[in-house]
Amino acid sequence: MKETVHLVHKYLRSSKKFPHIWCAGCGIGIFMQALIRVIDRMGYSKDDIVLISGIGCSGRLPVYVDFSTLHTTHGRALTFATGIKLANPRLKVITIMGDGDAVAIGGNHLIHAARRNIEIVSLIINNQVYAMTGGQCSPTTPYGQQTTSSPYGNLEPDFDICRLVEAAGAAFVARATVYHTRLLDQLLGKALKKKGFAMVEVFSQCVTYAGRYLGLDSPVEMMKWLRDSSIPVAKARELSEAELKGKIVTGILVDREKPTYHELCKKAFKQKPKI
Amino acid sequence: MRKVTQKQILLQGNEACVKGALMAGCRFYAGYPITPATEIMEIMAKELPQAGGTFIQMEDEIASLGAVIGASLAGVKSMTATSGPGFSLMQEHIGFACMAEVPCVVVNVMRAGPSTGLPTLPSQGDVMQARWGTHGDHPIIAIAPSSVYECLELTIQAFNLSERYRTPVILLIDEVVAHMREGIAPLSREDIEIEERPRPTVPPRWYIPYGDPGTGVPPMSAFGDGYRYHVTGLYHDVRGYPTVREDEVNPLIRRLFSKISKDFHRLQWFDSFYTEDALITVIAYGCVARAALRAVKEGREKGLKVGLIKLKILWPFMRWTITRALENSQEVLVPEMNIGQISREVKRVNQSRCEVSTLNKVDGTLITPEEILKKLEEIHP
Repeated sequence: MKETVHLVHKYLRSSKKFPHIWCAGCGIGIFMQALIRVIDRMGYSKDDIVLISGIGCSGRLPVYVDFSTLHTTHGRALTFATGIKLANPRLKVITIMGDGDAVAIGGNHLIHAARRNIEIVSLIINNQVYAMTGGQCSPTTPYGQQTTSSPYGNLEPDFDICRLVEAAGAAFVARATVYHTRLLDQLLGKALKKKGFAMVEVFSQCVTYAGRYLGLDSPVEMMKWLRDSSIPVAKARELSEAELKGKIVTGILVDREKPTYHELCKKAFKQKPKI
Repeated sequence: MRKVTQKQILLQGNEACVKGALMAGCRFYAGYPITPATEIMEIMAKELPQAGGTFIQMEDEIASLGAVIGASLAGVKSMTATSGPGFSLMQEHIGFACMAEVPCVVVNVMRAGPSTGLPTLPSQGDVMQARWGTHGDHPIIAIAPSSVYECLELTIQAFNLSERYRTPVILLIDEVVAHMREGIAPLSREDIEIEERPRPTVPPRWYIPYGDPGTGVPPMSAFGDGYRYHVTGLYHDVRGYPTVREDEVNPLIRRLFSKISKDFHRLQWFDSFYTEDALITVIAYGCVARAALRAVKEGREKGLKVGLIKLKILWPFMRWTITRALENSQEVLVPEMNIGQISREVKRVNQSRCEVSTLNKVDGTLITPEEILKKLEEIHP
């Protein structure tokens, strides 16, 4: 409790008029707490952190915390982050996006930021729904799910964000849920330390919309659902594709050493241009 | 033929634009290839790292302007360049830069539209898009050079205005001027004045990121400088935090407009030729102003009382300058390579002072001096 009070005073903006905008039972607050905890534990100066978000429920996160914070346009957080990181490589640049934000409207930017392996920590909160606009289906909504924009059931297969980012070339890819907070802390810490593009997908519960569609009426039921459908990556490797259907594979999925975009720039620009 | 002296250098409009940007202190460029703006990107790719800056080719134009705004927030003067279709994609981020008051320069080398249009024949069709392309009420500055020298000079000025007012500035170059080569006298550092954005002079805990210090332009700290603050495209209070209170929303949008409109007198950039006794005044900009100048000179030789006002700033519209021209002449001719965009603005401020004629061409070909002269002869009283 003492630690929490200390973190609240140190990291939440006292000048900002709380309460926050999230619904009771939302998972984003748990994620925010984990992020603050890890940043504090790792000893970063608040002046060196830039927190950038897109649009949606997750997009409102940066305003509450006392870093340099930037609330951008829908899907484009990574483009602003790219400019900031290149203009001042000393800064620790973190983006927060939702699932619709990151892989629908911003999918192209996610692919290319990962491909460049630019040193940005990209945190994607996946609640499998467009929540702020009233519960429409997103690219991560399960197949067949009824939502306000798929009244006959979602006719599209859902996206595996981690596989996408791995294939695009990121140095670090991991997945956690807001139920597994210790794992979440550990993965966020690793991602912050990683040289290169580091993405953590965080499954979170949206009680207001996704929960209602799934027939899970309370935050507790949703947390239980996150607990029961998760499976550690080591265990998942022993299972077949069919057995993994509907499961959330958690842990570090990719951790590889690659030169970052900034390192390549520094090396290349010492030479004379070739044409 | 014009004599090129030893001191002159031969430059293309796009090349001059890059030179101007580098002289103005631009150290970040993000862009996406598109004809007829690509030369700007290619030269930046080569020159910027040598100047200690950063170049990046992004995945599209939306990303390009996003990165430019990000770099500017980190304290670095930044720009991007594009043409019609790319300019359409950039509109949302132009609005963001207006709202969050992030200085940046967007070059739009105009080609004929709509859509893919006539790649890459010249046009002046994006004048209204530069004004109203992004959604919502917003102020904007747009500049139109008509020569290679002006590409150099006005790019520097575009950065200056963008820094002074913390606003995106759009450089509307038409394809002719962008690809034309002319001998120009190189500018030296002493010839130009470089402006920088206002920076906070108070300690971080006293910093009000979106307050009005009296000039209408709040001081801007760079991310990482210790002034931790919030930037958003939402309506925000003076601390940068989202708001829907009308007593906070209204002052913000009013300030965004007034920080530029209160300086209207400083933003009347034009050249006038033979206007003192002109019965007909031609109002033109970009490459059309060149044809118009020749037509006016030939008209004078034929005894026509004609003059020319060449606009260098298109937005905010130079109401004062145009009103004076309308009062002093009997007729006004606005030749444009579009269906009539600046001419509408001229008519709007005219209020029946005089006849306003237009000469429009939208087929990708130039308006020639002969065509303008013919029209002048037709309407000359």
